[in-house]
Amino acid sequence: MIMDRLARALDDRLRLSPLTRRALAKVFPDHWSFMLGEIALYSFVALVLTGVYLTLFFDPSSADRVYQGSYAPLDGTTTSAAYASTVRLSWDVRAGLLIRQTHHWAALIFVAAILVHLVRIFFTGAFRKPRETNWLVGVTMLMLALANGFTGYSLPDDLLSGLGLRIIVSVVESIPLVGSWLVFLGLGGEFPSDEMIPRMFVSHVLLVPALLVALVSLHLAMIVRQKHAQFPGPGRTEHNVVGSRLYPSYALRSLALFAWVLAVLFALGGLVQINPIWLYGPSAPDQATSPAQPDWYVAWGDGALRLFPPWEIHVAGHLVPAPFFPGVVLGGVTFLALYAWPFLERWCTGDCRAHQLLDRPRDHPVRTGVGVMALTFFGVLVVAAGDDIIARLLRVPVYDVLYVLRVLVLVLPVLAGALAFLLARALRRGDAARLGELTRADLRAAGRRARVGEARAVDESELPARDRPGQRIELWPDGGVWRWRYRDEPAGVTLLHHRAVLTEREAADSARLAYPGVDHVAVPGPPPPPPPGRVRTALRRWGNVALGVTLLVAALRQRRNRHPGDDGDGTGSR
Amino acid sequence: MSRRPPVAPAPSGVNRRIILSFLASAAGAIGFAVTYGLGGHTQWEGVCLAVAFAGLAIGLAIWGRRLVPVGGYVEEHEGFTPPPDEKPLTAAALSAPDSPIRRRGLLAALGLALTALGVAALFPLRSLLPWDRARPVRARMETPWGPGVRLLTAGGQPLRPGDVPAGTVVGVFPEGGTDAGDAPAFAVRLQPERFTRPPSAGHLDGLVVYSLLCTHAGCPVRLYLKGTGRMLCPCHQSSFDLFADAEPVAGPAARRLPGLPVAVDADGYLRATGDFTAPPGAGFWNRP
Repeated sequence: MIMDRLARALDDRLRLSPLTRRALAKVFPDHWSFMLGEIALYSFVALVLTGVYLTLFFDPSSADRVYQGSYAPLDGTTTSAAYASTVRLSWDVRAGLLIRQTHHWAALIFVAAILVHLVRIFFTGAFRKPRETNWLVGVTMLMLALANGFTGYSLPDDLLSGLGLRIIVSVVESIPLVGSWLVFLGLGGEFPSDEMIPRMFVSHVLLVPALLVALVSLHLAMIVRQKHAQFPGPGRTEHNVVGSRLYPSYALRSLALFAWVLAVLFALGGLVQINPIWLYGPSAPDQATSPAQPDWYVAWGDGALRLFPPWEIHVAGHLVPAPFFPGVVLGGVTFLALYAWPFLERWCTGDCRAHQLLDRPRDHPVRTGVGVMALTFFGVLVVAAGDDIIARLLRVPVYDVLYVLRVLVLVLPVLAGALAFLLARALRRGDAARLGELTRADLRAAGRRARVGEARAVDESELPARDRPGQRIELWPDGGVWRWRYRDEPAGVTLLHHRAVLTEREAADSARLAYPGVDHVAVPGPPPPPPPGRVRTALRRWGNVALGVTLLVAALRQRRNRHPGDDGDGTGSR
Repeated sequence: MSRRPPVAPAPSGVNRRIILSFLASAAGAIGFAVTYGLGGHTQWEGVCLAVAFAGLAIGLAIWGRRLVPVGGYVEEHEGFTPPPDEKPLTAAALSAPDSPIRRRGLLAALGLALTALGVAALFPLRSLLPWDRARPVRARMETPWGPGVRLLTAGGQPLRPGDVPAGTVVGVFPEGGTDAGDAPAFAVRLQPERFTRPPSAGHLDGLVVYSLLCTHAGCPVRLYLKGTGRMLCPCHQSSFDLFADAEPVAGPAARRLPGLPVAVDADGYLRATGDFTAPPGAGFWNRP
């Protein structure tokens, strides 16, 4: 009642109801891969919430401070205030360690979810027109996420993160001409400077998160404006979106996902130790720990630094040190390639049309091959960041592991990319529906050059209606409003329009937009509820039969065992 | 106003499962509060919160899957080519006679003003650089070491040659600059007859002092492999051969560790006779 009144009062002042009705009825595609970005979003929310709590206890300063608290080995020692306050936060603030570990796990999962989301977008071609701008926003957010992950990792001023920071400083320093200046501009002096922790703190809790919030909003606004792309299927065209409505089903599902993300993060934060800085000790310029591995999302850079040979070049008497190539050049090329990919692909394929239907990875073998190649390359780099651990586990010299990885990082991506390209081509040309169904003949055919004039599969939904028998639009009045639905009898698909409209004309117009060329039929009243899906019907039928048989068997057995007078109901009642 | 339709009936058991999930969630939340109140326990707090959120998640998921329609809706997509009559109208609205974008001269002046402001706004960034200290390249070339600077141990004690036993490395720091990032060095005693290349900074009867910072990415090369006389960097596994003037022999480092020339003063303490033979740590553009 109160909600009703409040809603009406707001509506009278802001005229919200037309907007709200459309927004509530917004359709989201029902495919699990569309939830990956949401995992990133909800991890970000968790990061902000836990991060705000941490700022209340963290002291971002390099000044000396004596730690006094319940962690005995460090009790009474003088360290930087950043380190001392992080140890205090972990040992002496109730729930502090839980929140700190949850924050760290959330950061790892945040970047992982962004990456998996990006991979999905890449392999399905969702970055194509009109969504290139959103791709650019997304890649920028990935970059900001990496940067903020790194500053957050460095803030506690512990020994391990001090090493990482020193490595990054060395990489920045390797930039020709301006390297040392950039380091001084960032740190306010030579490493380790007193200004670096306060500056990283401001960037970590204010600048980058504010940028991320702005970009997340832009990302979502563009999705709402452009609507979702969708996988091809019966009833799905370049002119519609098929799935569930935002309210009620998608909202419930999305909130459930939010709760899942928080549940997993708190379980990890409570049970799985991460970054125990009190074991590493405070950062000191003459100390190091071994083994020293960074968080997973910077491991590719660390692996590249390990693998790159000791090649340095001199330009006109100046030095270009080795870390420049695996550090600056590789990172720069990676993100440039990510930014440029949609435009590069459009330039290569000459495909300037807008796409609302997604590709399957097989539809575009070159893209799939390039993607698998890049993923393999970065995968080998991540493995290379643990070469000392691998060497220890396998009991072989670390330099043998290094040489093997140096070869693998060049060979494996090419092999994997070529294999992915061939498999995608075999799947596209052959009749196999899945990888497991591929025959040798399919693969052999895939190896051959493309047949001259091999036509791209014609987009089925773009065919005129007379080539698609059995499809029709049904419109009907429902109280004071009009509704319509799409039926494709051969495919067994019925799709209801997502919202009621006021006039028949409006209904017909929206139906024409969604299904151009499909015949319209006005029916007198609401049609019978759509039959349940085939699978569910079959399951229910078989379930009932099975239940009946079980009960029958059980009853017969019982009757045989018991006295003849005992009665048992032998038929399945459902 | 209008009569509300009755709530749709729920399939049997669904309501009960959802309510149980939410009750489990509430129990988790209470458990968290109680654990916190009893003094806190990281693992139990984490488990309780996980149960609280997992209960919510399961309840909401069942609700979303069983009590509301899933799938089966279609929404039209207008596409992104604007209606043909919109474009000229928008263009006309933007380029009306009184439109600001048609006054080219004023726009040019405005652009000039904004550019000047933008460039001026960059100047305060200079304050991020330290004013009172040496410029980056010079700061990078120099360390606190120099003629007459005594070598201190990690404990702050001055060092005599006899304090460096054979078979181990001793970290050393310059007196008056122990906190500097580029100053850490190590002293080690080797057998002079095993030198394959004489140390560029000289040696005192086999005692040599080198920078501790890896020439690859600046990590301290803390791992000493006694028998082979090699120093290994734990970050990227560069290794340096101390018998060959700390030459890099494996891994990604390309340059030797800079040596520190040392002498014994009248009191018997070790003093540097100059700075490192080269700037320590990672390479940079102006490094000779």
